[in-house]
Amino acid sequence: MSDANIPGDLKYTAEHEWARIQGNKVVVGITHHAQQTLGDVVYVELPKTGAKVAKGEPFGTVESVKAVSELFSPLSGTITKVNEELTEGPETLNEDPYGEGWIIELELSDSSQLGELLDAAAYAELLKNA
Amino acid sequence: MTRRTPLNEAHRALGARMVDFAGWDMPVQYSSVIAEHEAVRNAVGLFDVSHMGEVEFKGPGALETVNGLISNDLARIADGQAVYAGLLNEQGGFVDDVVAYRFSPERILICVNASNREKDFAWMKAHARGVTPVDRSDDYAQIAVQGPKAVGLVQRLTKTDVSQVGTYRFAEGEVAGKRAIISRTGYTGEDGFELYCAPGDAAALWSALLTEGQQDGVKACGLGARDSLRTEMKYALYGNDIDDAHTALEAGLGWIVKLDKAGGFIGKDALVAQKAAGVKRKLVGFELTGAGIPRHGYPIKKDGNLVGETTSGTMGPTVKKPIGIGYVPTELSAEGSTFDVEIRGRAVPAVVVKTPFLKKS
Repeated sequence: MSDANIPGDLKYTAEHEWARIQGNKVVVGITHHAQQTLGDVVYVELPKTGAKVAKGEPFGTVESVKAVSELFSPLSGTITKVNEELTEGPETLNEDPYGEGWIIELELSDSSQLGELLDAAAYAELLKNA
Repeated sequence: MTRRTPLNEAHRALGARMVDFAGWDMPVQYSSVIAEHEAVRNAVGLFDVSHMGEVEFKGPGALETVNGLISNDLARIADGQAVYAGLLNEQGGFVDDVVAYRFSPERILICVNASNREKDFAWMKAHARGVTPVDRSDDYAQIAVQGPKAVGLVQRLTKTDVSQVGTYRFAEGEVAGKRAIISRTGYTGEDGFELYCAPGDAAALWSALLTEGQQDGVKACGLGARDSLRTEMKYALYGNDIDDAHTALEAGLGWIVKLDKAGGFIGKDALVAQKAAGVKRKLVGFELTGAGIPRHGYPIKKDGNLVGETTSGTMGPTVKKPIGIGYVPTELSAEGSTFDVEIRGRAVPAVVVKTPFLKKS
């Protein structure tokens, strides 16, 4: 039950998404802190494969019992994979936010944006000051 | 300034996530809304509802005075019984929904919503003909003990025979050595009690219930579970499902409106006229048949035309379906009627179902 669950090999946004960079592809999810703040996730509205998303723009929605939260894309690109398992098992986002709870995979359209993401230390600092 | 109940420190000690609710610093959840919801459905849960307000009418004519203010009829119940009622405006809309406790014809206590406390008290003072109301909100803390194991838990802490306290009845006694009104009421659809005690006794009572309730699997529960539990029962929430612009008849609360009672009440004439003319819109319960979750304030559309609005909604933790409540034209209010709920620009099909959503065995 610690908010300090911030893997060192990922990049982060101030909106509490994480990005796992694998060459030209990026897997995106929400952080441990985000899922903890949301509470029990009961519904995930996912985008379609092939859709184009722009950095900072909403690409989907996560709903907990109480609240609705938009998902913001950490980077611009084309969606190459969507975690359809979340439709049947939205609680996976609570249980394993960095693993089975991944949300989409993007093919980057502008790799220069990578430098604008936060590293684990910067994200930890942001949470501390939140 | 944000108000705190006498249990504020207890909530923080339990690791509750606190939010501002109607000007009060209240727990929304301790561990998980779903776990707390299930504890109430299957075992027992505790809620701090000390933020609710209490207004007392005391003296000769108290019953008649209150009866002129509320839609239900205190003359039809005995001392030691309570009624759910509306405080209605002249148009038949809700100033608030309340529970009125009849201690005697000369002493009536009304429990009001936290968000309406000041408004209700001012309204009652302005409209009371006879006994002058007294705001007793600061004299009472309130703990709700709800769930199938609530009766057993409370019984182990009191000499009062609570099996003799029927639904919507109350007794005065001691629970865990603290003076309390033991009321067989609640807002979850489960059996249980609402315990009114002195603010200074609340922490000890809360702690005793948590300790004694360990064997029952008791959980402290927040506003999140309170909302999902009441939604599954289609119990109205003031400000969401009922308000000053929707009448008691439109809200499907005709059963708390006694049009024939002696002396009448504020709002009666409007409701008589509405009944004669026919109610044009109704509050219904619906399930989504497409993907999504309905929430307060979503448009309801029929064939693309805006016809109503959702007032509450959630993924029901026990019924395990996306359920909602909303106002629709009367012709769309029958069970089986279909319409769309617009969720972020997407039309999601919905069907009117029988309520409560939760069918008790």
